[in-house]
Amino acid sequence: MSAGDTEALMGYDDVLAAYDPALGLEVHVELGTNTKMFCGCATTFGAEPNTQVCPVCLGLPGALPVVNAIGVESAIRIGLALNCEIATWSRFARKNYFYPDMPKNFQTSQYDEPIAFGGHLDVDLEDGTVFRVEIERAHMEEDTGKSLHVGGATGRIHGATHSLVDYNRAGIPLIEIVTKPIVGAGERAPDVARAYVATLRDLLKALGVSDVKMEQGSMRCDVNLSLSPKGSGVLGTRTETKNVNSLRSVERAVRYEMCRHGAILASGGSILQETRHWHEDTGITTSGREKSDAEDYRYFPEPDLVPIAPARDWVEELRATLPEPPAQRRKRLQAAYSYSDLEMRDVLNAGLLDLIEETVTAGGSPAAARKWWSGEVARRANADGQDVPSYAAGLGVGPAQVVELETLVTSGRLNDAMARQAWEGVLDGEGSPTAVADARGLQLNQDSGALETAVDAVIAANPEVAEKIRDGKVQAVGALIGQVMKEMRGQGDAAAARALILSRLGQA
Amino acid sequence: MTDLTRASAAELADLMARGETTSREITTALLERTEAVDGAVHSYLHVDRDGALATADAVDRRRAAGETLHALAGVPIAVKDVMTTTGLPTTCGSRILQGWVPPYDATVVARIKAAGLPILGKTNMDEFAMGSSTEHSAYGPSHNPWDLDRIPGGSGGGSSSVLASFQAPLATGTDTGGSIRQPAAVTGTVGTKPTYGGVSRYGLIALASSLDQAGPCARTVLDTAMLHELMAGHDPLDSTSIDAPVPPIVEAARRADVRGMRIGIVRELTGEGFQAGVQQRFDEAVQHLVDAGAEVVEVSCPSFTYALATYYLILPSEASSNLAKFDAMRYGLRVAPRDVDDPSAEQVMAATRDAGFGDEVKRRIILGTYALSSGYYDAYYGSAQKVRRLIADDFASAFERADVLVSPTAPTTAFRLGAKIDDPLAMYLNDIATIPANLAGIPGMSVPSGLADEDGLPAGFQILAPAMADDRLYAVGAALEQRLHAVWGGPLLDRIPDLLASAPTTPMATPHADATTKGA
Ligand SMILES: [Zn+2]
Repeated sequence: MSAGDTEALMGYDDVLAAYDPALGLEVHVELGTNTKMFCGCATTFGAEPNTQVCPVCLGLPGALPVVNAIGVESAIRIGLALNCEIATWSRFARKNYFYPDMPKNFQTSQYDEPIAFGGHLDVDLEDGTVFRVEIERAHMEEDTGKSLHVGGATGRIHGATHSLVDYNRAGIPLIEIVTKPIVGAGERAPDVARAYVATLRDLLKALGVSDVKMEQGSMRCDVNLSLSPKGSGVLGTRTETKNVNSLRSVERAVRYEMCRHGAILASGGSILQETRHWHEDTGITTSGREKSDAEDYRYFPEPDLVPIAPARDWVEELRATLPEPPAQRRKRLQAAYSYSDLEMRDVLNAGLLDLIEETVTAGGSPAAARKWWSGEVARRANADGQDVPSYAAGLGVGPAQVVELETLVTSGRLNDAMARQAWEGVLDGEGSPTAVADARGLQLNQDSGALETAVDAVIAANPEVAEKIRDGKVQAVGALIGQVMKEMRGQGDAAAARALILSRLGQA
Repeated sequence: MTDLTRASAAELADLMARGETTSREITTALLERTEAVDGAVHSYLHVDRDGALATADAVDRRRAAGETLHALAGVPIAVKDVMTTTGLPTTCGSRILQGWVPPYDATVVARIKAAGLPILGKTNMDEFAMGSSTEHSAYGPSHNPWDLDRIPGGSGGGSSSVLASFQAPLATGTDTGGSIRQPAAVTGTVGTKPTYGGVSRYGLIALASSLDQAGPCARTVLDTAMLHELMAGHDPLDSTSIDAPVPPIVEAARRADVRGMRIGIVRELTGEGFQAGVQQRFDEAVQHLVDAGAEVVEVSCPSFTYALATYYLILPSEASSNLAKFDAMRYGLRVAPRDVDDPSAEQVMAATRDAGFGDEVKRRIILGTYALSSGYYDAYYGSAQKVRRLIADDFASAFERADVLVSPTAPTTAFRLGAKIDDPLAMYLNDIATIPANLAGIPGMSVPSGLADEDGLPAGFQILAPAMADDRLYAVGAALEQRLHAVWGGPLLDRIPDLLASAPTTPMATPHADATTKGA
């Protein structure tokens, strides 16, 4: 079946009425080590093809692997952060199969003796509830090379005249994190999947073990899904959708497979246990290779490597290096910054928490930090297809500029409208907030005579509003302040105007 | 005037140190010897005349300049073709690696180069070290210099025959189930399989990773010890390499002291199944050790009965995985399948493996793939690992009662070329006495014990020691060598037939264009 064909789908609510979904998520994370898992080659992303290779990662005859100690350390820290047990005795195993971009034709991985096993990760769902995802295991392995198929229309192997292989990626350390079957999520299954991957991503980032860039493939997700008749508790036949590489896609892929499984089962069909490809553009999955029990990787312990037996005191030392869990940190900061749930969600969705925390540390107020990082700069970053932190970093704009801007407002030099103009200038590359304010002549009019003249004129022109305020409807003052500011061509101090109006009308 | 081709490595080193000869003279003499005899013996797959002479000249210059050199600097060596060598073809005796020139040196080769030993060439071997006769080499067998119609042992028959035909005083070997010791036994030379992890495996084209061990081959126990010491020691590139000092092997070889040592005779490795002449020389050798002050005990290792079966599950399993990389994608042979337009990667791989692997290699890949497959793993590979543990336990209890264990190295003297080629099981039985040491990771040595009465061919005496007690092998081997040399009136190889007299009568393909004229 080609990517263009569509399959029958069942309505999502109908699926939930008849079936319980069971999820399983396998996430591969490329570690951010300087060198590969079993040799000393560099791991820089985007280097010229086949420039970061040696006899070991090319699988040349006679070459032997040596384990990267930082890779093991990262694996243990990930295991600890996922509340796993760390094995006292762990071995690598060979997973034997042929693939043109896998140099040795076996992948050095782990099989029945993984470094970490039996943990859990609590994830926050959209509806405000917390869902516990049980972790089966986390194990170490190596990445394969990358094939580039040339001559075909689609870049896929079908129709290509030849293939080019880049082994720079071969041997990059990977950690595979596998969940236990996730049951009981019901209608929240797509959300659980997305939230799990998002939480895992934040956790790995906080650990500093990976740059977790899904778009660059340093974090890759395979989604297993099956349906069982509602209430039966029997796991159905699963499909494995490979390389679902964005948070939104994870959610969509789960939903799509639920609806596809539902349609097949409801029509009396049975699910084929297979690998499926996810198509980001069309939002559907298509059949890949059939995965059956006939697939035999002939695992056996890797005889070229010695077992890993992490000393308990070392494991405890590593435990002490774990950062605050992201969920806990979010709760702590939300309380400290007095953000509402809605505000906090916006901050998190935009990935602003780190920037805001840095800004507050640099002397800014939480409110100003949130305000300036989520307004104009977010709009511009979005238009540029970037997230705010990378966009701002690209401009050379950081917490210091926000703090400076806020100081210009609190010191009385700029009002809010002027501050917005100054910020736009900063984002346009015109310099610091002060420099922009100087260049653009942004300065509140501090002449009290001018303010008095404007206030008196506005009160005289709006007798009904003035009367209301005299009667105690203080909130009506806003309409008058706006007019005063207009009189003063935007250079008035709104707070001073408000105070003077209220005083003139006997309310201060 | 010393015959430079017959002198030991230690003697050559002394001659050079005293200024009585140069590395160039020695190297030239050996290369001439090769031109004369290797058409008949076929020890080499590749001779590096220019490279060897360049190294020899460099060492001679450094010596003349008064530099401090390694004890073996300038002594030429032959390297088994299983070890990668920068700039020299490395085929592992296989068609599938024909023409492959590695971009890196095996650690052992790097140490040889650093010590200044001229590398004469790469020696023949059974394909991927699978065999006991070199008959499985894709490039034709090597011949036993004692009788050119007989096998020189295997897989390291190129290295054993290169020594016994006086083409080199030193050679490297690898021993997965006896590939150093059995060839030494049938050619009247000396060879040691060190403790597993004692010598780096980096750059050895792997047969079975948990069994493979590189080691030294030479004509005397002292030379073997000197080469062993050069090769040994921790290598950060090999995770299974032992990070501990090398045992004092050269000192043990020089002292040759067995007084008070307990020599254990392994009941399961003598008697039935061993050729009468081989057994006889073994019994005499034991008596010589007693005369030298050792004590004899008999030990039993009942699990050894299962050693061969265990070995032929573990070895093919690991080999099937190690050899999977030969897929025609990156190096070596690439064969296009016949009658297929636009072949897939898998079709090219299949055609290449069909043409590039010999029957024995295919047999073991199939065996190993089967033994590892789902549903059979526990019964085969899993059980084999358990028996392996029992064999190690048997050794451990035997070494409580004895300091070393001894047996004949191989059950028979060299058999005739072709005699067992169609009977794999008979071929496998050659390694019955050598395999247990590989399964347990302990060191073993073969030293000549004499010529069997019935065929006049060399027999080997095997010595086994606990892990990291390699020095005991040399103490016992040297003591036995001393006594036997006294009895024989010189080395056993003094009695080897003159190859130059017999060479023209043996119809052989000559890999060197001028071999016939030089040899005539
Ligand atoms: Zn590398």
